[in-house]
Amino acid sequence: MTTTVATATGGTYALSHLDALESEAVHIFREVAGEFENPVILFSGGKDSIVMLHLALKAFRPAAVPFSLLHVDTGHNFPEVLDYRDRAVARHGLRLHVASVQDYIDRGVLKERPDGTRNPLQTLPLTEKIQAEKFDAVFGGGRRDEEKARAKERVFSLRDEFSQWDPRRQRPELWNLYNGRHAPGEHVRVFPLSNWTELDVWQYIAREGIELPEIYFAHEREVFQRSGMWLTAGEWGGPKASEQVEKRLVRYRTVGDMSCTGAVDSDATTLDAVIAEIAASRLTERGATRADDKLSEAAMEDRKREGYF
Amino acid sequence: MSTTLPSTTPAGTTLTETTLLRFATAGSVDDGKSTLVGRLLHDSKSVLVDQLEAVERASASRGQEAPDLALLTDGLRAEREQGITIDVAYRYFATAARRFILADTPGHVQYTRNMVTGASTAELTVILVDARNGVVEQTRRHAAIAALLRVPHVVLAVNKMDLVDYEEGVFAAIAEEFTAYALELGVPEVTAIPISALAGDNVVEPSAHMDWYGGPTVLEHLETVPVAHDLAHCHARLPVQFVIRPQTAEHPDYRGYAGQIAAGSFRVGEAVTVLPSGRASRIAGIDLLGVPVEEAWTTQSVTVLLEDDIDVSRGDLIVPSKDAPATTQDVEATVCHVADQPLTVGHRVLIKHGTRTVKAIVKDIPSRLTLDDLSLHPHPGQLVANDIGRVKIRTAEPLPVDSYADSRRTGSFILIDPADGTTLTAGMVGESFAAPEPVKDASDDDGWDF
Repeated sequence: MTTTVATATGGTYALSHLDALESEAVHIFREVAGEFENPVILFSGGKDSIVMLHLALKAFRPAAVPFSLLHVDTGHNFPEVLDYRDRAVARHGLRLHVASVQDYIDRGVLKERPDGTRNPLQTLPLTEKIQAEKFDAVFGGGRRDEEKARAKERVFSLRDEFSQWDPRRQRPELWNLYNGRHAPGEHVRVFPLSNWTELDVWQYIAREGIELPEIYFAHEREVFQRSGMWLTAGEWGGPKASEQVEKRLVRYRTVGDMSCTGAVDSDATTLDAVIAEIAASRLTERGATRADDKLSEAAMEDRKREGYF
Repeated sequence: MSTTLPSTTPAGTTLTETTLLRFATAGSVDDGKSTLVGRLLHDSKSVLVDQLEAVERASASRGQEAPDLALLTDGLRAEREQGITIDVAYRYFATAARRFILADTPGHVQYTRNMVTGASTAELTVILVDARNGVVEQTRRHAAIAALLRVPHVVLAVNKMDLVDYEEGVFAAIAEEFTAYALELGVPEVTAIPISALAGDNVVEPSAHMDWYGGPTVLEHLETVPVAHDLAHCHARLPVQFVIRPQTAEHPDYRGYAGQIAAGSFRVGEAVTVLPSGRASRIAGIDLLGVPVEEAWTTQSVTVLLEDDIDVSRGDLIVPSKDAPATTQDVEATVCHVADQPLTVGHRVLIKHGTRTVKAIVKDIPSRLTLDDLSLHPHPGQLVANDIGRVKIRTAEPLPVDSYADSRRTGSFILIDPADGTTLTAGMVGESFAAPEPVKDASDDDGWDF
């Protein structure tokens, strides 16, 4: 389909919403390339980070992407997603840094939580890796529509040397003039997908023909129910004796840690079917499938202050 | 004006590519702004089950009977505790016709900077008034901000019509007073709509109580206001962000200048000049994210290739040779001060214009402007947070600035504190308001032109 439109009358021009969002994200990537020494893209193999990488590749074509990649590996990742991650890195000749939660647990620096979830444990390995590698800009796939505390997040979000986010130190962002100045030891988190919604991301994946890990599409999987979500059985701590494993046709809307990312019942095996299902869905992405955001009304705000995304 | 995108899906779905409208709201909690925004999200079915459940839970725990739609738009804990909105919050919703980005800003005087921030990227502003109070100081301030920031479309939403018995006369008087004031400030277009955010009249659904009103609802207007730009009279501008040089066997000599077109359009073959150096060349090719195109326009991100191997780097501005702005080291502008520390005469700052950041010094602050009544206070000596004023800035290097009236992206800048990186001030080059041209007295002009 045509994606950019000029009317036959000439003189008037508009962009489609996807083109406008794409152009804005590319502008953000190029701004960081022009103003920072050592940027890195957080890349988990989940759909938002895949879209980020796709946009970065387009922004610098035909040259290589001038950023490396960083994955915070909880040790509870889906094997399909890790496999995708490694193939993407190899295909584009990129450098991948891994910060491992398991390694921190093995060394006794971090303790396993009683509930088995490792998402909150990502903060320390991430911040220490940022310090060790001296990354001064860190791209995240966060979107402002995901959660209320994120509605006010900046595109360029300043973090102090402890990676902490102080809502009072965030700078107003006017027009498209981003301010990336920071002191040595501080860094800036950059969110190129700030203005995208879940549906925009899916529509863009469909339009661009971007390949995704297969767990985003309906497949048969052994799952059990916990806190109203379908979780995958695995070494991370499930199922308990009281929990029944059954085979169901499911897909994942978001891909995080196996311990807290739930699947939804679905028979959508194609992108078009997934998009139609999302458009008709009456539950937001995280509400349906992320246990960690339900911890408390202010949970995300607290974790952002500590340096989490 | 009809820009339509090919649609292969039935109406009522949002599966096709549509257009995007960025708009802002200005108004205080008392005017029912959060309720209007909540109503817009709720009635356009953009609020999902789990969000609504969270609002119902929170409302119930505070002892409120009905779900408080204003809670849909509350963000940080400090605000929840104080029950106020203290920053710009961005909201997202879509209808079959269009995708929307809403910059939701608080309306109190101490938050002028947030309103300016929200309006800076907006194509449209919704200004809310309480039908019982009509046009008040705050309304005039909101109109002035929309005018200063040159927001192309202004909507006056006269809210709480249910509390004035849906009287046409009340609405008409307010609409008339506001429109006259806004046009005087140079606002190009005002659309007035009588609404009740609480009852839902004319927000998404047409009102059953106001047969006398024949215009669109707020959402209908948002869906149909033109977002296409007539570029025939725009200066074309491309700030260079980054130089792309693959230096690979496949592309040994590729040198592309990457940037987002800030205004107007460029064509292959066009004669261009690079500022501030003034070197000239022609456009040999335009890459639209890897696809060669003949023409590209604002706000596309492109890579431009030139016929000659001239020195171009980040911070330069590519412009048509026949329409180049003058470069200057003396910038006079209207500014909004956005930082907690003041801006003073003699302040050494950095100025970021387009993709170029240079040293500068604040030479003078000729006046401060009170937005409520547009009164000028000469030589205030400094500007504090939320102040609007005129400043004269001397830059260390020449900048190719446009007038903000001509080009919002190349006529704007920010001032940055070199010590800690704080964004101090938002600036708009040239005259404050697009006031109607004053009629010249013939006796002032004796026909001689030296």
